[in-house]
Amino acid sequence: MENLISINCVQLLITALFYTCISCSSVEQKIYVELNKTAPCVRLLNATHQIGCQSSISGDTGVVHVLESESDLDWILSAGPHPPYMVIMETAFFNRSVMLSMKNSSRVAGVAVIISKAGLAEHFSPHTTCPNQNTGVYSAGSEFANCNGTVWNPLGNGLSYEDFTFPVFALKDENQTQVIRKCYEDHNLRVNGSAPQYPLCAMQLFSHMHAVTDTVTCMRRTDLQNKFSINPEILCDPLSDYNVWTSIRPLNNSARGHAENESVVIAAVRLDGRSFFWEEAPAAEGTVSAIVTLLAAIHALYPVIQEAPPLRNIFFTFFQGEAFDYIGSSRMVFDMERNQFVMDLDNVHSMLEIGQVGLRGGRDVWIHSDPVSRRNSSMEKQVSEMIKDVNSSAAGLNINLQEPSVSQPLPPSSFQRFLRVRPIPGLVLTDHEKAFNNRYYESMYDDAENLNVSYPPNLTPDEQLVYPTDAAKSLAEVATLVARSLYTQAGGEQNNLSNITADATMVSQLLYGFLVQKNNSWFRSLLPPEITKKGGSSILSSGPPQFYIGLGPRLQSPVHSVTLFVQYILANLTGNVTNLTESQCQNPKELSGENKDLYSYFWVSGPSSGNSSADPLCVRASVRLSKAVSPAFELLQYGSSDYSTWTESRWKSIRARIFLVASRELEMLTLGVGVAVLLLSLLVTYFISSKAELLFSSARETPTTTY
Amino acid sequence: MTLAVFFGCAFIAFGPAFALFVFTVAKDPLRVIILIAGAFFWLLSLLLSSLVWFIAVKASNSQDPSLPRGLLIFGVFFSVLLQEVFRFAYYRLLRKATEGLAAISDDASSAISVRQMAYVAGLGFGVMRGAFSMINILSDSLGPGTVGIFGDSQYYFITAALMTLALTLLHTFWGVLFFEGCEKSSWWVIAVVVSLHLLVAGLSLLNPLYEGSLPPVYCITLLMGIWAFFSSGGSLQNLSALCTRRKVEAESS
Repeated sequence: MENLISINCVQLLITALFYTCISCSSVEQKIYVELNKTAPCVRLLNATHQIGCQSSISGDTGVVHVLESESDLDWILSAGPHPPYMVIMETAFFNRSVMLSMKNSSRVAGVAVIISKAGLAEHFSPHTTCPNQNTGVYSAGSEFANCNGTVWNPLGNGLSYEDFTFPVFALKDENQTQVIRKCYEDHNLRVNGSAPQYPLCAMQLFSHMHAVTDTVTCMRRTDLQNKFSINPEILCDPLSDYNVWTSIRPLNNSARGHAENESVVIAAVRLDGRSFFWEEAPAAEGTVSAIVTLLAAIHALYPVIQEAPPLRNIFFTFFQGEAFDYIGSSRMVFDMERNQFVMDLDNVHSMLEIGQVGLRGGRDVWIHSDPVSRRNSSMEKQVSEMIKDVNSSAAGLNINLQEPSVSQPLPPSSFQRFLRVRPIPGLVLTDHEKAFNNRYYESMYDDAENLNVSYPPNLTPDEQLVYPTDAAKSLAEVATLVARSLYTQAGGEQNNLSNITADATMVSQLLYGFLVQKNNSWFRSLLPPEITKKGGSSILSSGPPQFYIGLGPRLQSPVHSVTLFVQYILANLTGNVTNLTESQCQNPKELSGENKDLYSYFWVSGPSSGNSSADPLCVRASVRLSKAVSPAFELLQYGSSDYSTWTESRWKSIRARIFLVASRELEMLTLGVGVAVLLLSLLVTYFISSKAELLFSSARETPTTTY
Repeated sequence: MTLAVFFGCAFIAFGPAFALFVFTVAKDPLRVIILIAGAFFWLLSLLLSSLVWFIAVKASNSQDPSLPRGLLIFGVFFSVLLQEVFRFAYYRLLRKATEGLAAISDDASSAISVRQMAYVAGLGFGVMRGAFSMINILSDSLGPGTVGIFGDSQYYFITAALMTLALTLLHTFWGVLFFEGCEKSSWWVIAVVVSLHLLVAGLSLLNPLYEGSLPPVYCITLLMGIWAFFSSGGSLQNLSALCTRRKVEAESS
């Protein structure tokens, strides 16, 4: 950075001193407007394909054309005289048919999509119609393969799984969109249908991707470089992060394999989402609704568990990377099978997973179960028992529990990864019977608004944090249902059920933190002081968190921000405050009465009351992280068809800028003048220098000036 | 295809300087040395004036909106004066070095006259000045963009190149006149050179009216060229003699 400043200084000096420019800015600033609030679409690879977008290595340039009507499309694809075009499109045009016609045209240099809520289509899902179809329990050959029977995401247009040879960017900032529009209107607007005159407004997008073809190729190349190169260049990284898990009775984290005398009920949700654009995944209905429900259920369960612990253990787990072929759950199952986890599959009594439960005004919650394993009579008995338990738990709640027909397969869920290995009784709770109710599944529009989380005007952030929205109230009902079902499932006393009620304020706080503003007073009080002190520059930047899993090594924290939030929220909901000092908290090994195998110790900021700054404190909780890296990368089977093989390509720079391009005539004129000047000066100089003696003859005759 | 602009501008800005170098300087190693040394002296003046500029900018850290422009005007005029001081210093050095230089050269007949030194030194100043003002612009002319998104003229590159061309020639002429003035102790010549240099620098403060400063600068260049021609021994007689000789030659052939 300092280098850059000094270079700028020198440029400033030079330009200022050599009278080329009065405004003291370098020439580059006169030519280019950098667009820094953009989100690119990047290349991802799996065992067989590459998806996403990329530009050429020096960026793709095209004349800007704003796509506002069908005639514009015709102009771009065939009539316009200045190809290639850089297409600026409103959200309304960002659909499969338009994008594919551009993909098949050589006249498109790139696409920039204006992200705005205005003119948003009734539905938009760039995901496939059958998410994770090849890595669930119903793989090829099964009667339910490829969503045969139920198409879960019929609105999906599959754009996220297309491979585009041009860059596609999202423009997030209204002001920058205005700059582009003004540039377009000033220079590129057609007058009465005739072509605009030069200079034209153009745009350049840089998003060159290093990886190509598929994960097998790219990992082979990376491994080769690692072996033979002094400074190897990594081409792609596996999508990876951490799962978060906790249990009501702590499990010994140093033990591996079967846990004696443990029978656990697993409660699972997924932790991630995705969208067409990189790190633009609000995943409100798709993921946050489930996370918030489970967290609120845990909060509701804990007081009762202290009083009257149930027979069985309850194991809460948040799976990361589920949008990409179940990275987190497949890894946990893999570890359980190989005795590399705190328990194994024999310890699993049953499983309850929470899917999309946005409810959005409805009251229906659907109990999905697996028709294949229910053909076994003992399994059928256990599943029916579970369904009965859930139904009895719903008594007195404003929820309408229903079951889809017995022959319907499970929706996409982590539970499928467990079923792949062995039949386990389990249920998946969602708010949809067949197709998702979510109209914006895995898109950048699946945000707070989609989940009906909205606040009355004139509320301060702290008032919004605890404001009980309708969405929060209905999610609290679901959380109560989940908590009571889990308690019953774990063999708890029926007469304690009425004491388990999820707190709507807790749900509100969670929704606000995950959907509206992560940098709020509640989150700050839960997180470690080193994060809260850094404020906006750390993972606590303004706005909601994004749920795209991303890569392992991260700049700001070793784990994904959402993973970290869930980890610390869990720690604070389930843990006990201890009176350890900071150094003791970080290294409690030597202390008697503390056990690092059973508990994790978290140094958190603590609530700040009024003006006084918060007093950090040490929280002891049995919250753990476990790796969410696909087993394919552990086994080095990069072409695996059983496990997720998704990798993200690396890149050097992602940026976008607009500028004017000059006409070919002007360029040629400049060149022509240049050549003419050169030739003329060569001629004249030759002539003068050959006649110099004649021309400057008087000089020779003056003896005083010669030496 | 902005490569065309790059080469066009490079040819415009450095074509004449290149031609002068090839036909009048390159053959004589002494002249090459003087040219390089002239360029070095100009660089020294740049170094000093940037030091002063740096100090001035650091020292005046106020929010006054009119200050940057005031600083710039100060910087430009200060730099011009420094350049002329260094031109004088270079003249003094060359005068002292002539005997040594003559000793280097193979035979006394090829020794260099003060006028020739003046011309070569001026060219050295001009080439370096042109390089410094143009290289940034040249690198940006490679594109893909061109100036104009903020409403600036789209002829920016070609005007900058033409300006560089004029200033390279101007420095050459000024070199000739300045040395002549020093030689004959006619201080008014030096005063005219310095004041014209100041005037040209001042004209550039009219930017971003790039085209606006071109005609006056070219007028000054033309006048300077004629003056330099006459002061370095040229005359109308010589010119007409040249023409008639050519005619005679043409007739005889």
